[in-house]
Amino acid sequence: MTPTPLLTYTLRLADNALVLGHRLSEWTAHAPTLEEEIALANLALDLVGQARMLYDYAAKIEGKGRREDDFAFLRDDRAFLNVLLVEQPNGDFAATMVRQLFFAAYAQPFYAALAGSKDETLAAIGAKAEKEMAYHLRHAGEWVIRLGDGTEESHARAKAALDDLVIYIDELFEVDAGDRALIEAGIAVDPAKIRPAFDKALGEILDEATLALPKVSHAHRGGREGLHSEHLGPMLAEMQVLHRAHPGAEW
Amino acid sequence: MYAQALDQKDKAPSRIEDPVKLAAFEAHCAADDKIEPKDWMPEAYRRTLVRQVSQHAHSEVIGMQPEGNWVTRAPSLKRKAILISKIQDEAGHGLYLYSAAETLGVSREELNDQLLAGKAKYSSIFNYPTLTWADIGTIGWLVDGAAIMNQIPLCRTSFGPYSRAMIRICKEESFHQRQGYEAVMVLARGTPEQKAMAQDALNRWWWPCLMMFGPPDAVSEHSETSMRWRIKRFSNDALRQKFIDATVPQAHFLGLTIPDPDLRFNEASGHWEIGAIDWDEFKRVLAGEGPCNRQRMKVRRAAHENGAWVREAALAHAEKRARRKQAAALQAAE
Repeated sequence: MTPTPLLTYTLRLADNALVLGHRLSEWTAHAPTLEEEIALANLALDLVGQARMLYDYAAKIEGKGRREDDFAFLRDDRAFLNVLLVEQPNGDFAATMVRQLFFAAYAQPFYAALAGSKDETLAAIGAKAEKEMAYHLRHAGEWVIRLGDGTEESHARAKAALDDLVIYIDELFEVDAGDRALIEAGIAVDPAKIRPAFDKALGEILDEATLALPKVSHAHRGGREGLHSEHLGPMLAEMQVLHRAHPGAEW
Repeated sequence: MYAQALDQKDKAPSRIEDPVKLAAFEAHCAADDKIEPKDWMPEAYRRTLVRQVSQHAHSEVIGMQPEGNWVTRAPSLKRKAILISKIQDEAGHGLYLYSAAETLGVSREELNDQLLAGKAKYSSIFNYPTLTWADIGTIGWLVDGAAIMNQIPLCRTSFGPYSRAMIRICKEESFHQRQGYEAVMVLARGTPEQKAMAQDALNRWWWPCLMMFGPPDAVSEHSETSMRWRIKRFSNDALRQKFIDATVPQAHFLGLTIPDPDLRFNEASGHWEIGAIDWDEFKRVLAGEGPCNRQRMKVRRAAHENGAWVREAALAHAEKRARRKQAAALQAAE
């Protein structure tokens, strides 16, 4: 049976949150300052928390008795529906912060709009997540400004991160037929409506950072249909190894 | 988590202190009054505290590594969130403690340099590897449990900023200890493989945890002055015994075996008695020859070095902002 558009929609949001949260958690004990150690953990915790609420809802929509961990630990990478941006490796601190900036600049207006969804659960999740993403945007934005308008080295690294990651922006705003139906029903967010907020926030931050968004010759896509980069497989292999080694065990 | 080596000998030459000030200071300590950063204090008191508080801070920071080893493999989303959050608390403890040390006139950078240069110690326990998931629960249960035994008395230590930091830290540590125990309980009541994992972790962590309390009182240096100055309030052996008495029944409740064939309950004293601790192992680990000493320092140095350009950028940007603000103010004044 094909999943309903609402299930697919919810899983895409959940997978975005989990994969990005997991990536951030990879920084544990390696951050550039103790303060940033705490900050990165906070960002990771928000995202893992959002993923848990969304998987829980996905399980209810599906109604087959699956639980949050079944979605997180027992699906292969081809079944993950996150956008390519969030699975990109951490790279250096500039790459991590540019990735976070792109995602938060999209997710903040996205969840603000989702808070007005006709679906009560999604609306409640949206209201909570919007507040979290607002400070992710502030935190990542402040860092990108510091790095862009910092030293020659930090500017070069921030610029390189923009070059590498800019190709993944457009996928955040994609809509398929299932999404379209949900948008018309007042359940899903129309990404076209939040694109101006994204462009404005990003433009202001990059301007202050003395950086510019590079031109995209070809936007990369596919994650939303389970066609990922080579980076997701190894990440999931590590994340899922223990859970899968003990089928049915409770932790 | 926790710092040990509270008994390290103070090797600096002792200064002759003003006898009137010293007597007033000691009376203050004896009355259990707090010593605050701007109060007069003997040089040896300051030195001892800088060493103790910074070792404790370093332990929190290094302690993030063995637990961080399992963040990306945590077996459920709930455990993943709990673990990230616990490690985040440890980073926070490191921050309060460095701040407490800074009130004694030493900077976080200096203390960090001492750690990276291998001149400062951190708790020996973090030089052991976390080999299975059960180690994460066991660290919460035993290592944080041992830390609490040590740290509860430190909430009443004489130096104000340290004692206040400890009050907050202890609250979080006891939460970690309960979470750790609960995580081990789930394993102990889980599949045979999970139970074996929990027993294996207890086997490996039990003795190193007992060593966390430091050498036996008979050979412990430096305790008397620390006791008089209320830096330290109970002896190593007394705290170790308290930990053993609290922990043995917890292990039995889980159906786990303490890895000590000599363990027995002394009806007369009401205490659990243990076999001999391998103090040679303790000395070896403190001297840098534990399983992970080199790895822990290598990772810490790499994090510091890899973050250098980020810290430089933040400073450079702050200076640019300050200059622009100044220029704007000047322009407005003209």
